Amino acid sequence: MIHKRVTAKGAAAKIKDGDHVMVGGFLDGGSPQAVLREVMEMGQRGLTITSNDSGKEGLAIYDLISTGQVVEVNTSYVGANPASGQRMISGEIKTNLFPQGSLVEKIRAGGTGLGGVLTPVGLGTVVEEGKEKITVNGKEYLLELPLHANVAIVRAHVADDLGNLVIRGSSRNFNTVMPYAADYVIAEVDEVVPAGRLDPNEVTVPSLLIDAIVLLEGSDHE
Amino acid sequence: MNNREIIARRVAKEFNDGDIVNLGIGMPTLAANYVPENIHIMLEAENGILGVGPAATEETASSDCIDAGSNRVTTVQGACFIDSAASFGLIRGGHVDATVLGALEVDEKGNLANWMIPGKKVTGMGGAMDLVCGAKKVIIAMEHVNKNGSPKIVKACTMPLTAKGEVDLIITNLAVIRVVPDVGLVLEEIFPDYTVDELRGLTGADFTVSPDLKPLDIS
Repeated sequence: MIHKRVTAKGAAAKIKDGDHVMVGGFLDGGSPQAVLREVMEMGQRGLTITSNDSGKEGLAIYDLISTGQVVEVNTSYVGANPASGQRMISGEIKTNLFPQGSLVEKIRAGGTGLGGVLTPVGLGTVVEEGKEKITVNGKEYLLELPLHANVAIVRAHVADDLGNLVIRGSSRNFNTVMPYAADYVIAEVDEVVPAGRLDPNEVTVPSLLIDAIVLLEGSDHE
Repeated sequence: MNNREIIARRVAKEFNDGDIVNLGIGMPTLAANYVPENIHIMLEAENGILGVGPAATEETASSDCIDAGSNRVTTVQGACFIDSAASFGLIRGGHVDATVLGALEVDEKGNLANWMIPGKKVTGMGGAMDLVCGAKKVIIAMEHVNKNGSPKIVKACTMPLTAKGEVDLIITNLAVIRVVPDVGLVLEEIFPDYTVDELRGLTGADFTVSPDLKPLDIS
């Protein structure tokens, strides 16, 4: 059996300067913390982050965006992170805003071998700027291109040794989609159980997508 | 009764039994408090809950059960959790019966601007564009004029659009105005203390008056 357990530091070391990193979570729901905190210690530069939002106070992603390590962000919402908003207006961080449903589909496309998605969302708005429009059966759509990353970091409740993940409640959000769309996928979990212990009905992310399992020792997950 | 309550009470009358409804953060969320007892709706939170219940208590609060404003919530009987791809599949696919959002501007063509004020703080559109494009019925809930007293219903939006031609109904503290394709704005209800002429003075776009004009229903 492939050994997937690593420390947060070991997982963070997989991220190189200039990497594109996807980060799961929706505000403070299912937002991974430990590996990003290590990235802030290690100081990798020139990172591109793809995440639903740029976090809220207290979250690792919120802090990371203010360190100067991040040069580009793909996201749908930065309203809970005023510092990132400022860096975005000033152009210090290149910010690509996408409608939330388009963002998740771009990631899904990137992870599932699709050449993009056609969506009516954003037509007639600034979102359509620079994008190809395609008419299908008389209806106009925007072509949204796939996103693929070097590394994805997601948050789950339980993993088994193989990397099958159980993600609870509304923390599924982007955490179930991003593991398909990165070369190296890290899962931060509260608990690791032996393979065979999880009911296959409960598994939300299949093991083959997960490369590294980071057990959060003494997790005080609320 | 303050303006927010007036608007929330009127919005709540738009729901039909069995509707799946997504309420925007802020005033739209208040509408859930006034849904008539015989009408059962299921609230959708775009981060992945179908069947949002009341706020959680300190004991039951979990970061694994939050709404789109990151408030700790409970779920109702019959609820389910879904991921963001499925959630926006429901929204974009026309499976959500109604969405209620605030606005900076709405115009006579049903164009909506509610996500960005040029030169001001950038927030991002979140799920608003998907909701406005995909929901079967788009209801705008807002004060009739902004805090400077200027109309929020305008001839043509000047701020960046959220979506083009998607608004169905505008509910304010003074009026209910329907956007009718190829016709324009039609006044259906008016706050009893106001005349139609007074309302025109507070509205930046032309509207016709429904032959069936009624007082604003906030019972």
